[in-house]
Amino acid sequence: MSVLEIKNLHVNVETEQGTREILRGVDLTINEGEIHAIMGPNGSGKSTLAYTIAGHPKYTVVDGEILFDGENVLEMSVDERARAGLFLAMQYPVEIPGVTVTNFLRTAKTAIDGEAPSVRTWVKDVRESMANLKMDKAFAERNVNEGFSGGEKKRNEILQLELLKPKFAVLDETDSGLDVDALKIVSEGVNRAKANTGLGVLLITHYTRILRYIKPDFVHVFVAGRIAEQGGPELADRLEEEGYDRYQVAEPASAPSVPAE
Amino acid sequence: MTSTAMPTAEQHGLVAHSDGAFVPVQTRSERFRSTNVDDFEPVNGREHEWKLSPVAAFADLTSGELDGSRLAIETTDAPGVTYSYLARDDARIGSAGIPEERASANAWSSFGEALLVSVTGEDEKTAVVTRSGLGDAPRAAHTVIEAAPNSRALVVLEGAGAARLSENVEIIVGDGASLTVVSLQEWDDEAVHLSSQFARLGRDSFLKHIVVSLGGKVVRVNPSTHLAEQGADIEALGLYFADAGQHLEQQVYVHHDAPHTKSRVTYKGALQGSGARTVWVGDVLIGQKATGTDSYEQNRNLVLTDGTRADSVPNLEIETGDIEGAGHASATGRFDDEQLFYLMSRGIREDEARRLVVRGFLTEIVQKIGSPELEARLTAAVEAELQGS
Repeated sequence: MSVLEIKNLHVNVETEQGTREILRGVDLTINEGEIHAIMGPNGSGKSTLAYTIAGHPKYTVVDGEILFDGENVLEMSVDERARAGLFLAMQYPVEIPGVTVTNFLRTAKTAIDGEAPSVRTWVKDVRESMANLKMDKAFAERNVNEGFSGGEKKRNEILQLELLKPKFAVLDETDSGLDVDALKIVSEGVNRAKANTGLGVLLITHYTRILRYIKPDFVHVFVAGRIAEQGGPELADRLEEEGYDRYQVAEPASAPSVPAE
Repeated sequence: MTSTAMPTAEQHGLVAHSDGAFVPVQTRSERFRSTNVDDFEPVNGREHEWKLSPVAAFADLTSGELDGSRLAIETTDAPGVTYSYLARDDARIGSAGIPEERASANAWSSFGEALLVSVTGEDEKTAVVTRSGLGDAPRAAHTVIEAAPNSRALVVLEGAGAARLSENVEIIVGDGASLTVVSLQEWDDEAVHLSSQFARLGRDSFLKHIVVSLGGKVVRVNPSTHLAEQGADIEALGLYFADAGQHLEQQVYVHHDAPHTKSRVTYKGALQGSGARTVWVGDVLIGQKATGTDSYEQNRNLVLTDGTRADSVPNLEIETGDIEGAGHASATGRFDDEQLFYLMSRGIREDEARRLVVRGFLTEIVQKIGSPELEARLTAAVEAELQGS
């Protein structure tokens, strides 16, 4: 069974105002088949964690490590991480003019598998996955994300998740900006991918809404660049009622204690 | 064959001016023209038509003696296409346009006979003229492509191998004809090619003119189109890919000179490697007679590495208010690192991701050629450019 381990991760980002410390010692272990929700207020470093796992060049790891089955992920290039089995569903997927969805999916699948997929099953797989995600067939011939609505872009991310079959997926605010129908469709896609491949999921979200459709095994509350509290699904229910206020009043350097009931 | 307007000192660049504050002294159609090289002052590189070009790299072509004998060519046969040679005094020579600068005039003064590619018949057909093995000596050439009224054809003029060539190409599109001309430059690394191409479009005729410049040290292809008769329609397309040390230039001119004429100019280029240089100048003149004109020109450049330079200069002159539309656009952008990250995060290797993005960018032009065979070949040629990175 695969495991993704994040140990004492410290990450900086360069901005025009100078270097900013975003992640301040994140520890997290995800086993294949588990769903971990990372919840936190804006600016707490959730997306930084997502992009750092994927290897975006904007983020500098200054301390700590990320291990994938014991292998040092931080030494891998972006594409090597993907081929090793990591996937990032992006909050703001990028437009690629002149590259059709069909061409892109086939190229990515070939890169991940190390060989071109068999034509017959591949075409059938793509068609099925698109139908499941209620994507019109015409999408296949459109350029990647070009002119897509917010919801279409998110579905296109989950389409890739289903077809590329990673071992771990990081979903970066996949729920944001979706209406309830689109949210259900996208959530079903994630659940289907998990049922089919047993992948581990790191579900990053600001809201508890998506957790009605994707049931987390663990919930981690992210505040000021580190995990402030963790627990089971019940922690999400509590956040829904109480919000993040009680974390933010505390000094981020020390984890706040839970007030007695 | 000199135009009536006499040259002024300004037109010859004799009066010093700063590049930044340069004000054109006349409308584009009044630029000095002559078929005689001696009517032009020696090129010093400050003239408006040369100021973006490495003139020292081809002084032999602007002021030296040129070998005007027939070029070694290969041609493909197609029904309705004939090849022959015209004497200098043939009436067709000069009927589509005459030189506006010294390299073009030098070629005109020097060529012996003109190659005529004659197209007749309404069936679609393809003719390919290949020039290769032209050698290192400076040469002049003149080509006339004549499409009879209502005829249709795709004519490809391609160059490969070594060359130091200055040439003029005249394209005479008869009334109602529909012609595609592809000028394809795949010369060797050291080759220099200066080509002035003049098209005259008859009534309700259509010309698709495509410049594809991939190989050569200096390649400068300047297509001028005279929309001389009512309803004439030009689609001018260009695709160029400059590598380290390459200078690829195109100065495009469209003259709307009759009612209800239409032009679409779309040039796209990619630059990669130290010293890769491209120039695009797009002049559109909508004359007084050109009521109902519909015109749009655009240039897009994709910068793939540091150390490159792309010049992009659209100019639009309008002498009548009664037009349907006229617009222009120009954009030069860097390779988008976020696109690269997105593709690589799906497992695609960096070199392949770059290829995908550049291929996507240039595909728009390739797909408009209308010849699956040539499209496949050009796609492969663009791939080869990308592999060379």
